[in-house]
Amino acid sequence: MSSVLYDVPGPKARRVSLIGSIVGGVAIAGLLWWAVSILAQQGIFEPERWAVFQIPEVWVLIGNGIVATLSAAALAAVIAFPLGLVLCLMRISDVAWIRIPTRIVLELLRGMPVVLMMFFVLLVFATAPFAAVVAGLVLYNSAIFAEIIRAGIQSLPKGQREAGLAIGLTSFASRRNIELPQAIRRMLPSLVAQLVVLLKDTSLGYIVSYEELLRKVQIMADFLGPDYLFPVFFVAAAIYIAINFSVSRLAIWIEKRGSKKAAGGVVHVPVAGIPVK
Amino acid sequence: MDVIIDNLPAYVDGFLRTLFLSVVSGIFALIFGTLLAAARVSPIAALRGFSMTYVEIVRNTPLTIAFFFAAVVLPRLGVTFQQFEVAAIIALSAYTSAFIAEAVRSGVNSVPVGQAEAARSIGMKFSQVLNLIILPQALRTVIPPMINILIALVKNSSVAGAFYVLELFGYGRQLANANSDEVLWVLVGVAFFYLLITVPLGYFANLVERKVAIAR
Repeated sequence: MSSVLYDVPGPKARRVSLIGSIVGGVAIAGLLWWAVSILAQQGIFEPERWAVFQIPEVWVLIGNGIVATLSAAALAAVIAFPLGLVLCLMRISDVAWIRIPTRIVLELLRGMPVVLMMFFVLLVFATAPFAAVVAGLVLYNSAIFAEIIRAGIQSLPKGQREAGLAIGLTSFASRRNIELPQAIRRMLPSLVAQLVVLLKDTSLGYIVSYEELLRKVQIMADFLGPDYLFPVFFVAAAIYIAINFSVSRLAIWIEKRGSKKAAGGVVHVPVAGIPVK
Repeated sequence: MDVIIDNLPAYVDGFLRTLFLSVVSGIFALIFGTLLAAARVSPIAALRGFSMTYVEIVRNTPLTIAFFFAAVVLPRLGVTFQQFEVAAIIALSAYTSAFIAEAVRSGVNSVPVGQAEAARSIGMKFSQVLNLIILPQALRTVIPPMINILIALVKNSSVAGAFYVLELFGYGRQLANANSDEVLWVLVGVAFFYLLITVPLGYFANLVERKVAIAR
């Protein structure tokens, strides 16, 4: 297939890229071999290091960590989405004294690190770590959700709102019945992609001593001894990546499914201030 | 309020270290990310596969895990650092480079195929096609998301504060412990210094986006 950079390769180019592939493959394999041999020197692959996974308590702790991670993420997502919707409506309100303060608040929320917000809630409101994690995630992600939905509404043809107002709907009714359903459907992939970010950010709970997966790894390593740090960390990281990977795939699947439908399909709208995707 | 003024030297020191971490990691991430993107669009399958695997894994890894790996696991494996800033820079640049790679790749792919085909058909060499036709157009699509990635990098550098680096957030934790009666103002001060970087950068991104936007 012809790409932007190259024409369809002929026999000579195909030979060159095959040779390149073999050389590159050997180089990458060599690099991996080097990394693995360093790990082997540290005795990482000795069976007793990995025997910790025969202890049921280890799996119980890992399971608890996963539940803690997922429950914080789920609760935060469930609160942040409606809040983001409200913030979005306030941000695009026709009334200046609602629109402008909301804009400032959203800008401030997007400009601060999530971990700072968690820490703020933890210390200033003296909450439990769980509440601090959820509150930090909600504050940040509701601002992002608001911006994503706003981008979706602004990507709609102007006539949608004009037609709504012309048939006598109030401003709010037009937003609710005509614009929001289309905007949310259009922005679904971005919204799900933001869920991956939210899920990843639950690991910041480690810093505010919320006992999520990574904190459990630390606890286990402290308890079992430093020799077992790598195996436990490795498994926890693999679980984290597997969960995030599945949600990312879901986002891609929704995007593909959406673009197949002609009407109301998914569109790509750049959202200011959102680095992912 | 007074607590901010009394500890201003600490804030400034933290602010400068946050800037330092962001700038150094940003430069490494830009270099490494561009290389990854080049590998991703290269005709050599092995490089494409490597780049794709790296980007997929890193993008789905929480930053805290990357930091934990660099600052806690690596020293256990015999890789020790004189300063934890090095671990922070490794984690931040490894993490950010995956996002840079994605931005660059989608920028290159956003150039219509016909542009390059036309250039090749009038006899341009590969380097001419790349430098005169593709990169100038790709850059326009790449720069706004790139600035947003760098804003995220500044915010992400706060995680270093939890891994033994005294940057803004690290100082914030320390000052909050020392002045437990004025935690609110301590953290407002920290937030202010972050916003001092991120808000202007955000406006800059919007400005650039409006300046370079092209209708396709």
